[in-house]
Amino acid sequence: MSAQDSRAVVLGRIRAALAFATPAPVDVPRNYDHTPFCGIGNTDRFIEALTEYHARILSTDPAGIATAIASLVSSDGRVAVPYDVPTEWTHEITTVVDRPEKPLTVEQLDRCDAVLTGCALAVAATGTIVLDAGVMQGRRVMTLVPDHHICVVFATQVVDTVPQAFATLDPTRPLTFISGPSATSDIELSRVEGVHGPRTLDVLMVAAKPHVPPSST
Amino acid sequence: MSTFLGTPGIGNLRGDSSFPTAARRELANTQMRRNVGHATRTIRSKRLAAVGECPDWEQLREAGSALKRDVLARLPELLTELEHNVVARGGVVHWARDATEANQIITGIVRACRTDEVVKVKSMATQEIGLNEHLAVHGIAAIETDLAELIIQLAHDKPSHILVPAIHRNRSEIREIFLREMPDADDLTDDPRVLAMAAREHLRRKFLSAEVAVSGANFGVADTGTLAVVESEGNGRMCLTLPKTLITLMGIEKVVPRFTDLEVFMQLLPRSSTAERMNPYTSMWTGVHPGDGPENFHLVMLDNGRTAVMTDEVGRAALHCIRCSACLNVCPVYERTGGHAYGSVYPGPIGAILSPQLTGTRTHDDPNASLPYASSLCGACFDACPVKIDIPNILIHLRAAQVDAERHGLPSGQDMAMKAAAWVMSSPRSFAVAEKALTAARFVAGTDQRITALPFPLSRWTASRDMPAPPRESFRQWWKRTQSAIQA
Repeated sequence: MSAQDSRAVVLGRIRAALAFATPAPVDVPRNYDHTPFCGIGNTDRFIEALTEYHARILSTDPAGIATAIASLVSSDGRVAVPYDVPTEWTHEITTVVDRPEKPLTVEQLDRCDAVLTGCALAVAATGTIVLDAGVMQGRRVMTLVPDHHICVVFATQVVDTVPQAFATLDPTRPLTFISGPSATSDIELSRVEGVHGPRTLDVLMVAAKPHVPPSST
Repeated sequence: MSTFLGTPGIGNLRGDSSFPTAARRELANTQMRRNVGHATRTIRSKRLAAVGECPDWEQLREAGSALKRDVLARLPELLTELEHNVVARGGVVHWARDATEANQIITGIVRACRTDEVVKVKSMATQEIGLNEHLAVHGIAAIETDLAELIIQLAHDKPSHILVPAIHRNRSEIREIFLREMPDADDLTDDPRVLAMAAREHLRRKFLSAEVAVSGANFGVADTGTLAVVESEGNGRMCLTLPKTLITLMGIEKVVPRFTDLEVFMQLLPRSSTAERMNPYTSMWTGVHPGDGPENFHLVMLDNGRTAVMTDEVGRAALHCIRCSACLNVCPVYERTGGHAYGSVYPGPIGAILSPQLTGTRTHDDPNASLPYASSLCGACFDACPVKIDIPNILIHLRAAQVDAERHGLPSGQDMAMKAAAWVMSSPRSFAVAEKALTAARFVAGTDQRITALPFPLSRWTASRDMPAPPRESFRQWWKRTQSAIQA
């Protein structure tokens, strides 16, 4: 049977089942909390949720970003960065830059001690950072292979709820939701941090407005 | 009674013995009972806390349930919309009628990539179709990268839980398995952190060199063509990002209408499964993203009995399941028997309604025909289900369907007991005779007023249940004795 036949067969079976026992049309009740986002998100709640995942949080202002980043990596540490991370963040550390015309190989990334990125947005209710491969975030592999992820989050990027995040995100971009360092509950259903993804997650919470616009392309 | 049954599913959906037989075997394994009991107790209290902090939890459940009903009602249009959008973004879509066809399609894609090794993200659908076994026959090694799946694979064991397939193993057993099966592992303690690190070392090279990955999907979004995988360890991200080719197997019921509908499920799923506000990692991708991740993306959409389930307007709610495993963790039956007793890769309360419907039950002796009875109907699963699947009601519905299907054969013990009860209750005289006869049963009761063993055929009842001794005097006897004296 050809592939086209299988498509027709499966769709035919579904239609036959629905004709045999026809369901009533459905109205989806949306009375859960989907208050639109206004103003600034609750950064305290975001920090509290992230802390519970055993991520480290450093609060700073725009002027303190470079020093804060330098305090998180050892003096001889090599930090992978997307090409569009501003150089004023990185002048105190050794960087390995991922450029569109010359992307880093997986082996090169594996030899880096850390990766530094921004994010698309963050969710206070769940302590989640969302990356969309936009400005200052790089390709998905960048935040995956190095064992230590340093993520800069501006207070203006924090929304309160999961529905507010989905209302903003662009589904045509590759999306990664990150809630703490990698973890597993596979041994006796108790949570243990640190498996295949970065074992250390550091979040730099920057109080004031970003001096470069947050991810949107 | 329905005559239209659809085409049944095949694969790892049926055990070789009925639930009571398998349960008796499993209950003898006291280590397993301790392990499963400990793990489910831990997660139960955590889940209550994670759910309790959401003031709109019930509204989210209502929305999740309605969304899933809407999906089934509009399945043909949603699947073709998903197909259209995946293809438009550079993906290839395949349709598989059953497990055999899905295995053939995936094997064909792997072969075309000229590789003999694939890395795998944890996926119930690939467990269901027996993909690893099929690939092995064709000389392709499938490497499970989820920690629990890796434990199962290394131990040559079978999964016993939807979320944590190795839940029946404790830390010291896992240490033994790793020491035996990982050539590079030595000096392991049974600290879960140490064991997780051993898995990291074991798999790291595989991830960085793999050409092909196979995943399941938690959600496929019709209006955008987006696929989502929800995970914890980062093994999913590794498989979804590093290899050149990605093959995703998705049951046709996993489609959701709109991208923003994920706002409901991404709240319901993490809190119900691992009792977290959010799981560590969720990946979403839409077709192929040039310069970022796999260059080739194949989506295989699987029927394998799902359309047969859709023919039952009560039972089809089993297809609403988002595989969180909350119903397993709260089930008093699952907690004691563990997952292997259910035979199918889908154990617990959801498995008891899903497996028999996916495969159909051929005869009374079909192991899956016993699954709807693997429940005390306590209702804990319904309360815990994030999409409000009324599992107890479907269990009763399936029991009734089984009884109806067997109505014209030889009468069973239950039939005869019912016939006898009907005669007893048909007149006051016969009822009085039965009451008198029943009093005689007091002689077989122990000093604790309980009857624990009766001769055949009544032994079939007392084998697994005690019976209280009948009272010295029935109500009607008491009435007659006291009231007739007053009236006289």
